[in-house]
Amino acid sequence: MSTKVRGEGPVDSRERTTVVNQGRAEAQWDIEEDRSVRAEISSPPGGGIIGKGLRKVEGASKAIGRAIYADDITRPGMLHGKILRSPHAHARIKGIDVSDALALEGVEAVITGADLPGKYGIIPWTHDETALAQEKVLFVGDEVAAVAAIDEDTANAALRLIKVEYEVLEAIYDPQEALANADNKINEFAKRGNITKRVALDFGDVDAALEASACVVEEDYFFCGNTHAPIEPHCTVAEFEPRSRNGQGQLTVWSSTQIPHYLHRELSRVLGLSPSRVRVIQPVLGGAFGGKSDPFSLEFCAAKLAMTTGRPVKFLFTREEVFYAHRGRHPMEMKFEVGCDNMGKIKGVRSQILIDGGAYASYGLVTAYYSGQLLTGPYHFPNYAFDSTRVYTNKPPCGPKRGHGSVQPRFAFEVALDEVATQLGIDPVEIRRLNYQGESTQTVNGQRITSNGFDMCLDSVEKASDWKKRHGKLPRGKGLGIVGSMYISGTNYPIYPNTMPQAAIQLQLDRSGKVTVFTGASDIGQGSDSVVAYIVCEELGCELEDVRVVAADTDLCPVDLGAYSSRVTFMIGNACIDAAKKLRKKIQEAVGEFWELPPKQVALAGGFALHIKDTGRSIPLREAFQLAESKFGTLGSVGSYNTPKLGGDYRGGTIGASPAYSFTAHVAEVDVDEETGIIEVNKIWVAHDCGRALNPVLVEGQMEGSAYMGFAEAFMEEHVFYEEGIPAGLHKGPSLLDYRIPTSEDTPELEALIVESFDPEGPYGAKEAGEGPLHPSIPAIANAVYDAVGIRLRRMPFSPSSVLRLLNEQEG
Amino acid sequence: MSKELPISLRVNGQLQRFFAPAHWTLLEVLRYRLNLTGSKQGCDKGDCGACTVLVKGKPVLSCLALIGQIAQDDVLTIEGLAQPTKLHPVQDAFDECGALQCGFCQSGMMMSAVALLEENKEPTVQEINEALGGNLCRCTGYTKIIEAVQVAAKTLKEEDVSGETL
Repeated sequence: MSTKVRGEGPVDSRERTTVVNQGRAEAQWDIEEDRSVRAEISSPPGGGIIGKGLRKVEGASKAIGRAIYADDITRPGMLHGKILRSPHAHARIKGIDVSDALALEGVEAVITGADLPGKYGIIPWTHDETALAQEKVLFVGDEVAAVAAIDEDTANAALRLIKVEYEVLEAIYDPQEALANADNKINEFAKRGNITKRVALDFGDVDAALEASACVVEEDYFFCGNTHAPIEPHCTVAEFEPRSRNGQGQLTVWSSTQIPHYLHRELSRVLGLSPSRVRVIQPVLGGAFGGKSDPFSLEFCAAKLAMTTGRPVKFLFTREEVFYAHRGRHPMEMKFEVGCDNMGKIKGVRSQILIDGGAYASYGLVTAYYSGQLLTGPYHFPNYAFDSTRVYTNKPPCGPKRGHGSVQPRFAFEVALDEVATQLGIDPVEIRRLNYQGESTQTVNGQRITSNGFDMCLDSVEKASDWKKRHGKLPRGKGLGIVGSMYISGTNYPIYPNTMPQAAIQLQLDRSGKVTVFTGASDIGQGSDSVVAYIVCEELGCELEDVRVVAADTDLCPVDLGAYSSRVTFMIGNACIDAAKKLRKKIQEAVGEFWELPPKQVALAGGFALHIKDTGRSIPLREAFQLAESKFGTLGSVGSYNTPKLGGDYRGGTIGASPAYSFTAHVAEVDVDEETGIIEVNKIWVAHDCGRALNPVLVEGQMEGSAYMGFAEAFMEEHVFYEEGIPAGLHKGPSLLDYRIPTSEDTPELEALIVESFDPEGPYGAKEAGEGPLHPSIPAIANAVYDAVGIRLRRMPFSPSSVLRLLNEQEG
Repeated sequence: MSKELPISLRVNGQLQRFFAPAHWTLLEVLRYRLNLTGSKQGCDKGDCGACTVLVKGKPVLSCLALIGQIAQDDVLTIEGLAQPTKLHPVQDAFDECGALQCGFCQSGMMMSAVALLEENKEPTVQEINEALGGNLCRCTGYTKIIEAVQVAAKTLKEEDVSGETL
């Protein structure tokens, strides 16, 4: 292991430290048969771009306020749409009268469920929602009707004129009750009672393992629901062009989505338009975090109303509506049993998890799997079983939030593991080191682990936090906690089964020296547009300002499956390398011919083609492109990526199977005020194995943003509802004032420590960085509180009252 | 339809004369009348800060300011910060430091930072945190934003010494 300081940070006092894996990359090739190909892919050709903290391609346009987000789009003759929502948590619609609304001057159209009966859902097996309610409404805020009018005020006035007759039904808010009341069916789609999905998988002999354990911790844990709260509310503009008397016409939808391809498919299916007549464009996106990865009612309503009126229609959710759209973190009630031998080696782990899903399935089928499947690293589990059930309740639907499905069990497990360490008298960092699964291995549930820098992550946070000198030795009220985690870098299971590439790139060069990249990938702020530009610069030697990125437009770009499951850098990166290498070869060949040299002696870097043996010999890249265009004709190339076959050989074995896994360790430092119960987090050290940091500044940004979001979930954020009284089922605080998210003053100091393990299959060795680093935040804080005052926080959020209650119990 | 008021407003140095509904906010005027969409609407009720602009040099939540309240005043928005060919040091630092992830909150954030640096040339981290406390960011964890403000402060100081104008 070595530590190197890379570059000069933007601030004098700041060092960027990167832990680099030495002598590991070689060993990793052995685990794959086609290693020569992969070895070639994994090394940057020397363009000098990879690993630099370059600016983002769209940075300047964002800095001057000129980046166009969905709500910045205005189309000629555009109407404004609004959605009428249910005031009841569970009710049957007896009748809707829209005549008064339609009669209001300025109202162009009103639609109800009858106009949009098509069922949809992100997962093809669980099409359980419609854009507007058909017979029943399932939560307060469920969509009932939609209006298009000349402005927002008129549309809002029209909503008040729609008369809906409801028969109120008994609502269920508690997942246990939903399970018990199978007869009161919330979502008619459910086959058995109110169950969306149950997954029970067993690996090894957990009973025997727990029996044989020297120490077993068995506890209940609760993870509360919370939501993404991107600062940009959802917004869609739709426009329909009738093409000819007999033609279908063409629908264009600009939407704040992180899944343009899946939205494209669902729009086409629900509206009955050929997919070739539907165009989805994702404008610049103002944050998502998983909250824009379902198709949403406003997208179907905007499209339908554009088709009905012949005019463009815009829908912009209010902040309140964003809370109803939700798809955030599932509340989970978890029972965990963790058994270890007397040295602290894990022998068996068992969990039983009840997942509160809300009114629709969303990604819930995957959530049920992920709540178990993604726990089998970074530690070796010889025996493991989980039994997870997701149920419907009469609340806004839950879905994938950053670290989908696995943040909750990680919290429970890591607090339990800490408790084992305490009982056995083992240092919490050592129990994690002892159980480290290593690299080039297989998990108990059949997942293939390639690179694994978790040991380096532990070393890194241990050193940075001065753990050995401080853990267990600080004065009462101060403490340190450590936690490890694992996450996927994409999944080999596409959302709808198909064998086509998961990611693709098209490149176009022209004689001006410019390179245009066409990518279906969704930049949601994480920097995927920049990543493809960096890769093109690295491979073709061009300068960043000479690269244009055309992204996330289904008419112009090859398909990419979307920004979810931390798949983007890994998959689009590999596709981009694939495409760029093909062009690189042509340019080298053309210049080589011109110079009468073997192509391999032509290097492309810094905006020039150079002779690698004679630095004096060079031509501007533009001229090199011209030579290649003369020799080969118009220059372009395509590249694609698909995952290798992965996963365990059992039903569900491919869910959670990833071409690579990222690893993280956090240390959190807290102060606990025993008078008030207030926990203050002073600092979180975040070490993350991202494989290779293609741009360390962007990687750090993801690590810091993740740690912040975990911190926020631990203390401040709770998606809760009134269960009694007149507004039963109503969200308790659907605003950014009542649903508190941390400000700059609330957020602790966050230190990102990049660890590089060079993944054999990642683009130049890269893996994900956007979701993994969230996982340890919450249990690390809980474990630090134990170190500080000796109480175990097993329920979230960590409120002062819960701290005081536990402190009182401790005294008692 | 509510009554439209005649408004004259100096925005980014330019005098604008137009009619707008009396109940409109400055944010609505900027976005829908003047097509200055750099100021963002994240909550429309003063919670998020994405709509922050400077009125007479002070940060103001434009979604809470009725247009009638600020008529005749000088308004500076994110679009008025840069020179034609050069970013303002705050914009440049935000770009350089990786403070711009999704960017949606950042025009408001940058306007708050500009106001801070007008008053305080060498703010401490605590002072930066306080000045930006009304601007919510969901992407960055604020770390890179704080760095960016420090970098901008340094650049502004250097430019001050060398006599360069913004």
